[in-house]
Amino acid sequence: MRIHILGGRLIDPASGLDQRADLYIDNGRIAAIANAPAGFAADETLDARGLVVAPGLVDLSVSLREPGYSRKGTIASETLAAVAGGVTSLCCPPETNPVLDTPAVAELILDRARESARTKVFPIGALSKELAGEQLAELVTLRDAGCVAFGNGLVEFSDTRSLRRALEYAATFDLCVVLHSQDRDLAVGGLAHEGATASFLGLAGIPESAETVALARQLLLVEEAGVRAHFSQLSSARGAQMIAEAQARGLPVTADVAMYQLILTDEALRDFSSLYHVQPPLRTQADRDGLREAVKSGVISAIASHHQPHEADAKQAPFGETEPGISSVDILLPLAMTLVRDGLLDLPTLLARLSCGPAAALRLPVGQLAVGAPADLLLFDPEASTLAGENWFSKGRNCPFIGQQLPGLVHYTLLDGRIGYRAHHGSHR
Amino acid sequence: MSPTDAKRPLQLNDNGQLRHFLSLDGLPRELLDEILDTADSFLEVGARAVKKVPLLRGKTVCNVFFENSTRTRTTFELAAQRLSADVITLNVSTSSTSKGETLFDTLRNLEAMAADMFVVRHAESGAAHFIAEHVCPDVAVINGGDGRHAHPTQGMLDMLTIRRHKGSFENLSVAIVGDILHSRVARSDMLALKTLGCPDIRVIGPQTLLPAGLEQYGVRVFHDMQEGLAGVDVIIMLRLQRERMQSGLLPSQGEFYRLYGLTSQRLALASPTAIVMHPGPINRGVEIESAVADGSHSVILNQVTYGIAIRMAVLSMAMSGQATQRQLNQDVEEQN
Repeated sequence: MRIHILGGRLIDPASGLDQRADLYIDNGRIAAIANAPAGFAADETLDARGLVVAPGLVDLSVSLREPGYSRKGTIASETLAAVAGGVTSLCCPPETNPVLDTPAVAELILDRARESARTKVFPIGALSKELAGEQLAELVTLRDAGCVAFGNGLVEFSDTRSLRRALEYAATFDLCVVLHSQDRDLAVGGLAHEGATASFLGLAGIPESAETVALARQLLLVEEAGVRAHFSQLSSARGAQMIAEAQARGLPVTADVAMYQLILTDEALRDFSSLYHVQPPLRTQADRDGLREAVKSGVISAIASHHQPHEADAKQAPFGETEPGISSVDILLPLAMTLVRDGLLDLPTLLARLSCGPAAALRLPVGQLAVGAPADLLLFDPEASTLAGENWFSKGRNCPFIGQQLPGLVHYTLLDGRIGYRAHHGSHR
Repeated sequence: MSPTDAKRPLQLNDNGQLRHFLSLDGLPRELLDEILDTADSFLEVGARAVKKVPLLRGKTVCNVFFENSTRTRTTFELAAQRLSADVITLNVSTSSTSKGETLFDTLRNLEAMAADMFVVRHAESGAAHFIAEHVCPDVAVINGGDGRHAHPTQGMLDMLTIRRHKGSFENLSVAIVGDILHSRVARSDMLALKTLGCPDIRVIGPQTLLPAGLEQYGVRVFHDMQEGLAGVDVIIMLRLQRERMQSGLLPSQGEFYRLYGLTSQRLALASPTAIVMHPGPINRGVEIESAVADGSHSVILNQVTYGIAIRMAVLSMAMSGQATQRQLNQDVEEQN
């Protein structure tokens, strides 16, 4: 299959490319940029005039819910939602049932992904068995089964010594750990950021120190162990600042933030809407602004959807009895484009945080528009808009942005040179 | 799930009348005054030989208590009975939920039994909002206490107590003492006092029992009991739960009493005409000295009496507001 992408604005943040040019795909790979290879005869030409042609987005956290929670989502449904949102590569966290702590589960996920996934799927394995934070999982075996990194979600290790040993073991084999920073004791029972809103609503608080205390401990242990570490889902400005300080003293740590954390604050909880129940919690406007600045400066090099689809029942209860999480990978690109609209980022920087940034953090072989690289591409119209929810592929509709008009409209997503998603919409320009 | 219509708060109908009673947040002063005035008129009913008025005749009020309560449940029952309603009380904590039925299903079932009003107490903050918004918006929902969030009828009965004993709120100093962090009563009291124009609201307690962001209520924070009580007209004591010691918020009941217990000595620092209130049940010797609880400044038992009148007022107003809304909806439908 040969595809000619005609007249788009090619943006490749990894190489700094930003020019209007044609792009040629042959046999699943990018064959040439600007000038057609000799004798190239296209089977299909995509008219990309007026569109941006960028690397397909790389999302470091999309809960696929398989195995174990197929009422919330399946590999088929959630990867379809992902391509609609511009994503061609994603990491799925280990919180499945059974937990992704054995090669059998990794193989199951990868087998199903081969059958039904619309994106590339890179599983993140459990750092500890059952994610219990006690006994180490078989990290090397899991790596050989296809896990690209290891995390323990929001569950902290039972004691600091076990965490230290896990980091040292991972360092031995140059494995990457994905760390969430939330101190168990400080966050226990908490439902919302400890502040005026939580107080007013009578919701138990999760203080900022729940993040910073855990982060400080982890950073010191990461430094000592010399392990590759990526910090996931930062929620506070102070946390981002601590990452910046660690990077400044030469520690090669990376970090990501949930897209929704760059938009929402704890004020959104005022009506007790369970759609805003997330963990770690939405924090203050100052936190949101601090996170946005860290994304701009590159301290946070990756924006992820942290997509967590739920069935309707999971959100149908008083706030504290609902399950946390937002379903949003369907609209990852349009949500992210709000950062360009708001003047925070230029388009190439935004795309860097969504492609080569996350790919580099976990050393994934994706996220670039290079000749010879797999043709994982996103074609979108930056001037058009998307009505969130108009097309929705995730099984989870637990998304507070549904109904909003957002900037940017995905036209095509290509995976290995094949069209994985073609938008069927009238122009919203 | 739809977000609350910003133009029409969840608990008001299109005419701005009460149709649910979930929280004192966002209710205008006129509405709070109306509740107090209505309750005043019902106090006379309580004093009559025949204590019934027919306002809710033929209506069914369903008390659904997911959390144990004696006083609140009983006064709601009495209030509904004095309004001539049929009353059912369910202690759900011991029945459906232990069988795995969700709150959603429990309420839907009760709605199907043609209940006209739910009085709900629940351990989760926001439970009453959830029911009013997502479960049965056409049945009036009265919040009988939700988690730490709100206990609006208690808040209003406290306001009625203050108004009846102090006349008005304009020149008052009110101190709320103790475990503010876990107290839905304190939150409702602070909101009500602010709305009703009380110029000096004080909260007194150790930092471990004070929530973050208290400044949003327009209150002054005191850690020292003597300083905080100086010259106040009203003292609202809060109940201290035993769990607070286990969770490391306080060293002991003894030390709490030593620092924040209301003793006769400390009461003397307040205005000579100060009143002492407590939402009950009181812990003698933990937050309040027996002599103070039973003394001449105490209006703790009056609060219970006023509680029935407040609940009658809220039940009757919400029932009427809900009926008005149904009528308004019907008119709109007929026009279409």
